[in-house]
Amino acid sequence: MNTSEPAVVAAFYVLSAITLGGAAGVVFGRNMFHAALFLVASFFGLAGIYVLLQADFLAAVQVLIYAGAVSILVVFAIMLTRQVERGNEWNQLRVPGLLLGLLLLIGLLAVFTQTQWAAGTGPYPTDTVQVLARQLFGPWVLPFEVASVLLLAALVGAIIIAREE
Amino acid sequence: MTITLTHYLVLSATLFSLGLYGALSKRNAVTILMCLELMFNAVNIAFVALTRVVAPQLLTGQVFALFVITVAAAEVAVGLAIVLAIYRQRRTIDATEVDLLKW
Repeated sequence: MNTSEPAVVAAFYVLSAITLGGAAGVVFGRNMFHAALFLVASFFGLAGIYVLLQADFLAAVQVLIYAGAVSILVVFAIMLTRQVERGNEWNQLRVPGLLLGLLLLIGLLAVFTQTQWAAGTGPYPTDTVQVLARQLFGPWVLPFEVASVLLLAALVGAIIIAREE
Repeated sequence: MTITLTHYLVLSATLFSLGLYGALSKRNAVTILMCLELMFNAVNIAFVALTRVVAPQLLTGQVFALFVITVAAAEVAVGLAIVLAIYRQRRTIDATEVDLLKW
């Protein structure tokens, strides 16, 4: 986990900048379509962060589901609602929201920098897919099946809600 | 310079706070959903980074992150369908104007 290799350090800061810059583009951008593009950049930066954390399967899932599927859905929604220009305005909660966000950030930073996390034992697996498969189809098989039912329900629900009368 | 667990957690906290700020203070319902996705992603970073340290052999955090991604995909599909239905009925997706249930 702890690494001082210059390439990894540089990659972490570059990917963090892409992720946070993309997120800032979503929040502060005025054009809805540009916000969606910034969101995709943020998703790709996160996939890179997963690679740095050696979570290769999750990085692939991130690119497929977030950068692929979710961003397409968002772009479709922006297109169908036709509020691209000036469609990204602030509401009356702008200042309280900023205060709440800053407060949460300070609290989280205080907790994260002061907690001593209990270190687990054993090496990190070289093949995460195998471990994940054993976990998903072993102790987590019931949540796994429930998740498939949830996806089916969401699919049917989305079609029924969005259907023309 | 060393990259530690704290670096990843700070990234996660910053991303989550940014997403929360956007979700609270934007008018457009699609933007609010996008900010929700940012918050889901921030949580996933914390899960994946923590599992490297706390449970490196079980990868419990990565399993959780997979479930979060699944639920987030379901959420965004239903959420955007609702946004489209609201737009079709009321010709607006301004979250401050959709206030039928507001007291």
